[in-house]
Amino acid sequence: MRPAESKTEKWGLLTVALIMVVLLPSLNAFTPAGTFLHVSNFSINLYGKYLCYAILAISVDLLWGYTGMLSLGQALFFTLGGYMMGMYLMRMIGNLGQYHQPIPDFLVFLGWGTLPTFWKPFSSFPFAILMAFLLPGVVAAIFGFLAFHSRIRGVYFSILTQALTYAACLLFFRNSLLLGGNNGFTDFKFILGYDLRSPGTQRGLYIATALALVLVYLGCRWLSRTKFGLVQQAIRDSENRVLFSGYAAGYYKLFVFVLCAFIAALGGILYVPQVGIINPGEMGTEKSLEAVVWVAVGGRGTLIGPVLGAIFINALKSWTTRAYPDMWLLILGTLFILVTVFMPKGIVGLPGQLRSLHGRFRPKSAPAPAASTEPKPEMAKTK
Amino acid sequence: MSMGGQQFILMLEGVNKTFDGFKAISDLNFYMDEGELRVIIGPNGAGKSTMMDLITGRTQPDSGKIEFGADTDLTRMNEYQINRLGIGRKFQTPSVYIYHSVFENLLLSLKGPRSVFSSLFHRTTPAQRDRIGEVLHTVGLTERSDWKAGSLSHGQKQWLEIGMLIAQDPKLLLVDEPAAGMSDEETRKTGELLVSLAGRHSVIVIEHDMTFVRQLARKVTVLHQGTVLCEGTVDQVQNNERVIEVYLGRKKKEKEKGER
Repeated sequence: MRPAESKTEKWGLLTVALIMVVLLPSLNAFTPAGTFLHVSNFSINLYGKYLCYAILAISVDLLWGYTGMLSLGQALFFTLGGYMMGMYLMRMIGNLGQYHQPIPDFLVFLGWGTLPTFWKPFSSFPFAILMAFLLPGVVAAIFGFLAFHSRIRGVYFSILTQALTYAACLLFFRNSLLLGGNNGFTDFKFILGYDLRSPGTQRGLYIATALALVLVYLGCRWLSRTKFGLVQQAIRDSENRVLFSGYAAGYYKLFVFVLCAFIAALGGILYVPQVGIINPGEMGTEKSLEAVVWVAVGGRGTLIGPVLGAIFINALKSWTTRAYPDMWLLILGTLFILVTVFMPKGIVGLPGQLRSLHGRFRPKSAPAPAASTEPKPEMAKTK
Repeated sequence: MSMGGQQFILMLEGVNKTFDGFKAISDLNFYMDEGELRVIIGPNGAGKSTMMDLITGRTQPDSGKIEFGADTDLTRMNEYQINRLGIGRKFQTPSVYIYHSVFENLLLSLKGPRSVFSSLFHRTTPAQRDRIGEVLHTVGLTERSDWKAGSLSHGQKQWLEIGMLIAQDPKLLLVDEPAAGMSDEETRKTGELLVSLAGRHSVIVIEHDMTFVRQLARKVTVLHQGTVLCEGTVDQVQNNERVIEVYLGRKKKEKEKGER
């Protein structure tokens, strides 16, 4: 059963990867604007943003769907990565800002004449990237160590992660942190010497994001098939059994938590130059909750689910916020409830659900209510 | 620790444990020889499960000594450290990994390295496959190797969990009500399995069902109010006046209540 299945899966993956990484940017670069096949600069930029969210969603699912730890603060690590990247981009503005000073505008506004010391190394791209992983990683390691050492589980863990991101959000709102206060960073001009406003640069960033997503996907796929992956899912299903089988479950959870902080940070690093702004609002509690909804809608406990969910919901959001700006949160909430109640396995589980529904109707042409009366074994897992 | 030249695999001495003012374990003394099969019985609330929790590191005693083998102090260790010493525990309700196959359940239990990095680069060796095959055979689940553990029957889950214990190759097995919810035939098989494990392993079984206890036919320890009431063979224990009082006295009272 396995080889055939994994063969179609491999071809499917390769096709999707090629469409994302090669086809879409090629259609953007090589077809004339206005023609049927053309993908506009606007669209490429938008898709780039969706794929960053997809990377964030995978990190949420690796915690929630695979390890049973519902983190309601995953956007924190995304934003921290983004902020470190933002610091580099701010330095690359040079003296092209409003005040024409060699330091970022907001610092001039706060009365600074020279660059604060901790800002200095961020002129270096490698340093900024290093910090973009290191900072979220260290925050996750400290928080995770304390939480898992104290055996904090379930809903208590979720609440703490939510509190963590909220606290960080409040901290970043402060001007005295010298990270732009509530305005955050914006008006970026260059990355690695390339003009951020040119279509070519944005296309390059899109390709980098698509590649990053493919690599994260493949990495997580590998991980889920190792013995580590088995232990991870065993922790989700029976943590006591794991502990009483000699595994230090806490260290396994810590490893996953830090890894997921890295993955989220990667999403944030790629997000900031494409969106052109980063501010503390991105750390707000609702951002992390949204990411959880993407995963639930796409299909928890699978790797393709979070990607589908992130793209689908954000595409829906882009459309709704233009067509019915006031309705977005209502639509999102309704969608979440409907999916939780009727599609416990999300979009990914839909074909299976339809098949079993079809199967029930087919043989005896049974009456309609038969579809929902039987309790589904998957439902138990939602707890 | 040796006492009178005898080597115990497990020793509890003067152990006390109080939960919110309730004395769950009170001056408990318990000694067990290597290779022994010991049955612990006692009415509900006698402290049987708390005793298991204390041995396996789930809770720490307020006072007293708990030693494993020569002189390993268990009171300051946690669950996984104690498990790595060679103490395996089976819970009362079967706890297996329901989304993993039977094979994978055993693979995760197999004796071997437990660290994060060893699990990242683990490759299952033919020797490990053979060992899993042996365990599958022992617990009668060879045919079910590829099944998801969640789709096994209740009895089969209990056996799988016993198999997971055997795969760890522990020195001491703690088995909490293994026959709960099993048919008579399944119960008998489980009894045979446990008896066959004794000798090579030391086994503690907690049980309610006296027919099953009789089948195991070994030394029985009766717990009552967190302390040992008496110890002996099944017959000795069943004829002990204090045991009769605790068990039957209670039944009598309940009966009287019911009749009134």
